[in-house]
Amino acid sequence: MSGRGVQVTPLSDSAAWPPRVPTAFLDVRDLRVTFRTDDGLVKAVDGLSFSLERGATLGIVGESGSGKSVTSLSIMGLHKGQSVTMSGEIWLDGQELISASPDQVRRLRGRKQAMIFQDPLSSMHPFYTIGAQIIEAYQAHHDVPAKVARQRAIDMLDRVGIPQARTRVDDFPHQFSGGMRQRAMIAMSLVNNPDLLIADEPTTALDVTVQAQILDLIRDLQAEFGSAVIIITHDLGVVAELADDILVMYAGRGVEYGTADKIFRQPEHPYTWGLLRSMPRMDREVRDRLKPITGTPPSLINVPPGCPFHPRCPYVERNGIPCRTVVPRLPTDGSPGVACHIPEKERKQLFEDEIVPTL
Amino acid sequence: MVAYVLRRLVAAVVLLFVVSVVTFAIFFLVPRIAGATAEDLASRYVGKTAGPEQLKEMADKLGFDDPLYVQYGRFAKGLVAGADFSTGPTVEHCPAPCFGYSFITQNPVWPDLVDRLGVTMSLAAGAAIIWLVVGVSIGVLSALRKGSIFDRGAMGVALAGVSLPIFFTGLLALSIFAYNLGWFPPGGSYTAITENPGQWAYDLILPWITLAFLYAAAYARLTRAGMLETMNEDFIRTARAKGLVERTVVVKHGLRYALTPIVTIFGLDLGLLLGGAILTESTFSLPGIGKYAVDAVTNNDLPKVLGVVMLGAFFIILANLIVDITYAVIDPRVRLS
Repeated sequence: MSGRGVQVTPLSDSAAWPPRVPTAFLDVRDLRVTFRTDDGLVKAVDGLSFSLERGATLGIVGESGSGKSVTSLSIMGLHKGQSVTMSGEIWLDGQELISASPDQVRRLRGRKQAMIFQDPLSSMHPFYTIGAQIIEAYQAHHDVPAKVARQRAIDMLDRVGIPQARTRVDDFPHQFSGGMRQRAMIAMSLVNNPDLLIADEPTTALDVTVQAQILDLIRDLQAEFGSAVIIITHDLGVVAELADDILVMYAGRGVEYGTADKIFRQPEHPYTWGLLRSMPRMDREVRDRLKPITGTPPSLINVPPGCPFHPRCPYVERNGIPCRTVVPRLPTDGSPGVACHIPEKERKQLFEDEIVPTL
Repeated sequence: MVAYVLRRLVAAVVLLFVVSVVTFAIFFLVPRIAGATAEDLASRYVGKTAGPEQLKEMADKLGFDDPLYVQYGRFAKGLVAGADFSTGPTVEHCPAPCFGYSFITQNPVWPDLVDRLGVTMSLAAGAAIIWLVVGVSIGVLSALRKGSIFDRGAMGVALAGVSLPIFFTGLLALSIFAYNLGWFPPGGSYTAITENPGQWAYDLILPWITLAFLYAAAYARLTRAGMLETMNEDFIRTARAKGLVERTVVVKHGLRYALTPIVTIFGLDLGLLLGGAILTESTFSLPGIGKYAVDAVTNNDLPKVLGVVMLGAFFIILANLIVDITYAVIDPRVRLS
């Protein structure tokens, strides 16, 4: 925990301090990411805004292809190639990442913002030992002798709960179990004390019994290191466990954004309702089958006009015209909200009357 | 790791034994099954004018009527310990590995092979270095600049390279650079490296380039495909996520992984070439194993063919052994299985 302090900007130089610079630690403003493919333009992320403070956890929830991972890779600066176009702003600790040079972003990557990937087996190089891979991550940002880096790797493995870290440091990834590999992956991403940790479905590839351990570990480490955490998942149970705030994504856009408490207790978007309803509940009697959201996620090349959720929304008839023509959007300044045309009062009423009894 | 190497070594020795049995069977058993008598076999060892008694005598002397295991035992003993042949007044010793004497030149086969091995090794080693460096570099650059003009151009040339036979590119190279421009020596030039290393390299440049062109083209395509696949792997994304510089990501994480299949194929190609680069040696009239093999087959010179076959098989087994061990060094997952 060294070298991290509040950046002091001289007040006299007002020209270098435009009012647009956000004060949040991470501030994403109107992020748009499009991929050029042979079939057309894929709007993977289409106008997304959110913010996150140090020490807080944001859960990004949505179906496959809703733009969750694309968003996280944008923050990491890991989109490469001529087929990707990014616009908008990503402010991380006062630095804007989209307009920064690739080399500037590379220097931040792994030190300022780090990432845990979904499948720890395929995410580690099979030819190098766990230790070598952690040491490499440390030495990429710290000019230290191999011995120091190695000790650091052992300490980190020890910290994430690898038994006999001193000997296991020389094991190869295939000699670790799935849960141990994810622990090692976490050790690798935390080795540089990053301020922001992005966990992209960190428990999806793991045994259920191990999932809870990994989530506990992430929570403990966050408390210890004080990092901001973004946890990306389609598993509402995971975010319920960890997140302070939740951003629900659909078709590359945010549809509902608010505190975890609010999203779980008083969700207002029909899509969020659908997600909650399709979640198995152990504390209720098994009465019926789970209720999936009807239909399929939209193509990101031909996003439905108006509200992208309208073809699957059970309330579209009731509400009428604007759903099919006008795009509802979350506030662009990254404050909480609901992207839905149903008036707020009616939404709350609908939730109480029709949704709560079915949960 | 030691156990793995030992297992591979034992497997290699067993394989050598099997190859010797198969070779023996091809040369001595198959003709019998096809209906040849002991005298027919013996007729290959005496002049065309020999009468029936001489044939009978020769067949007895060479033991073509002995039980098969005795015949194989004699063959194997010749390979391992050498053999003695009685020529009447004197006994001639054929040192191990004994493949017999050439029907045409009456020389023992093995020393001839050893003589020619230097040529083939010089050719194969020089060409291998060129094609590895050139082929892999072009493959990597093509993969990193996929779809660029460089990539398209390189892959076009590579397609030509794998499609054009050596006797075409070789003759073209000879006619342009040796005969018209006079930059390089004509076909048939060869100087041993022990005599004059400079001259050795100069004489071999055209054959090297011709042979390397073919293989470099294949390796460039292979490397490109492997790199394209590898650079999409999850662990490459992880390497980038660490904030490593792109060159480290490409070389240490990408190329290292993509090279594994290349190492396998390289070992086999080199092993195959050491058994005789037949087309290149013939095109450039180089006195190597390949040319020796062609001469042996055209003249129906059985002992020479036998020698070339066994030597070729030996090199392929050796190459496989080295590939297996290298593989274990490169990929730690192999050591355990």
